[in-house]
Amino acid sequence: MSKTLFDKVWDSHVVRKIEGGPDVFFIDRHFIHEVTSPVAFLGLKTRGLKVMYPERTFATADHNTPTINQHLPVEDPLSANQLKALENNSKEHGISHWGLGHHKNGIVHVVGPENGITFPGATIVCGDSHTSTHGAFGAIAFGIGTSEVEMVLSTQCIMQPKPKKMRINVNGQLGKGVTPKDVALFIISQLSTSGATGYFVEYAGDVFENMSMEGRMTVCNLSIEMGARGGMIAPDETTFSYLKDKPLSPKGEDWDKAVTHWKTLKTEANASFDKEFNFDSSQIEPMITYGTNPGMGMGISKHIPTADQLEGGAATYKKSLDYMGYNENDSMLGKKIDYVFLGSCTNGRIEDFRAFASIVKGKKKANHVTAWLVPGSHEVEDKIKEEGILDIITDAGFTLRQPGCSACLAMNDDKIPAGKYAVSTSNRNFEGRQGPGSRTLLASPLVAAAAAVTGVVTDPRELI
Amino acid sequence: MAYDKFNILTSSAVPLPLENVDTDQIIPARFLKATERKGFGDNLFRDWRYNNDNSPKESFVLNNPIYSGKILVGGKNFGSGSSREHAAWAVYDYGFRCVVSSFFADIFRNNCLNVGVLPVQVSASFSEKIFSAIYDDPNTQIEVNLPDETITILSTGEHESFEINSYKKENMLNGFDDIDYLQNIKGDIESFANGLLM
Repeated sequence: MSKTLFDKVWDSHVVRKIEGGPDVFFIDRHFIHEVTSPVAFLGLKTRGLKVMYPERTFATADHNTPTINQHLPVEDPLSANQLKALENNSKEHGISHWGLGHHKNGIVHVVGPENGITFPGATIVCGDSHTSTHGAFGAIAFGIGTSEVEMVLSTQCIMQPKPKKMRINVNGQLGKGVTPKDVALFIISQLSTSGATGYFVEYAGDVFENMSMEGRMTVCNLSIEMGARGGMIAPDETTFSYLKDKPLSPKGEDWDKAVTHWKTLKTEANASFDKEFNFDSSQIEPMITYGTNPGMGMGISKHIPTADQLEGGAATYKKSLDYMGYNENDSMLGKKIDYVFLGSCTNGRIEDFRAFASIVKGKKKANHVTAWLVPGSHEVEDKIKEEGILDIITDAGFTLRQPGCSACLAMNDDKIPAGKYAVSTSNRNFEGRQGPGSRTLLASPLVAAAAAVTGVVTDPRELI
Repeated sequence: MAYDKFNILTSSAVPLPLENVDTDQIIPARFLKATERKGFGDNLFRDWRYNNDNSPKESFVLNNPIYSGKILVGGKNFGSGSSREHAAWAVYDYGFRCVVSSFFADIFRNNCLNVGVLPVQVSASFSEKIFSAIYDDPNTQIEVNLPDETITILSTGEHESFEINSYKKENMLNGFDDIDYLQNIKGDIESFANGLLM
């Protein structure tokens, strides 16, 4: 039977099939961070177990690290305790650890690819749902719970039933001001926040083929927001040239051998999917969300739908709009905003800062807007400086913070105050996600930049 | 981590008929800072349950004394969002042993199974029946029978079967977890790893 890309990678990692149960699934690369790993290490200790393959696990601190004054001791004792636990656990078990202050420190899903830890055909997990990011390289990558982190540490395997397969094709040329983030938010708005639950997605079509690796990572990152365990894109020359000469990518003969194998990682012509969707790029404009899940998004020029236009519970919908302080039929354009957040594993890469700078260049930040610009890693931060982006944003009245997950989930001090509106390039607009009572509008870096300089929701196409 | 065995659970249930209840609501990120699995139940549904001054919000179902029990009945797409197992820990630590919904998010469902909370997926119509039964009589007893894979509203006898794979069922019945299984096949895993290119 013809195989999909997903079949090829999945099937080649099954150690054992259990009848009427899950597959014993081997994990090539395991990322850990300070929040979801301490209890797993405690579990190992209680059971008297060791880490089976420490060289396959990589630790970085990101979720609750501060994004200013990283050279000072972390003030919050609970965060400091988790960071220390990650450091100690990594040291004890011989795991590479890029803690706060390390030059390679940054958001796990940014530093993994940057360093060539991620590779095509790999199986990758982390106790973080946005692990799906790494699918951009043709890897099967997904988030796991802490019990599973303990399984991977102790046996390099987890027990997983094979998900169903979905393909999403988007073809055509993206319009002016339409970014990979808009493509992803558009797809989620069409499928809903649970539309791909139970599936693993392959993204296909020339929109993805023509996308940079950064763009592909943004798209795959958001797969979980429609319920999919993960999403992946077949590796091609764009993938190989991104990975070539990365610190941990294979070198010399090993590289050639790897690329020869990676080139076979494609869905065969007759392979079938359990579900397939086709979209045309002409349907997609810059997107913005108006509600409290990522499926509640729309083209920035549209009006908020009425409850009767939607499937599902009107009560939940109304609760969501009440929380946001919006009404059915409202236009989002011109709505006042208070904060802008550029960053996260979704949009904290160099391309995102380039896009932001392209809009704010020669303009000034709106006075009432507080903007947090947070690079995904030190490498991104360095490039921002090298490419002159720092000068552009500084001239426009913005400052650059230090790497970390920051206001995406507000575990550190970067919290949006109750009732305030934030245009955020991150991935979740759940109630209180960015701080208790915060109200999040998810959008691309271009939309975030347009809001930052105008102080209201603005169509970035007017400023390009 | 070991958990209580699950066999037949008969209990009243707590209704939460909202859709898309995400893990940030089940336990907000700022309560994920522990390095031990302790006390997460106190912060279950924190921001729906408490005001900013930590006083209970009376309108929220967990603060309504007429509803109690070991079964939580949620709306469609329960547990979407983050992979934090803390959400399942919070549900367990609060005292729930079973969550019923017409649709679960994948990672949350997996996490529940790994920590001893049984996720029971029912049809949308049966979910409605359960909500009505609870609203008619908050003490109505629901029986969740894992060996038979059925869920029954005892007052009316209405029931439905649910699915769970036989491996996970065996684990839940015995209070085993996956690590016990994986430890026993380490030899196979090692041979597999030796055959890998990278």
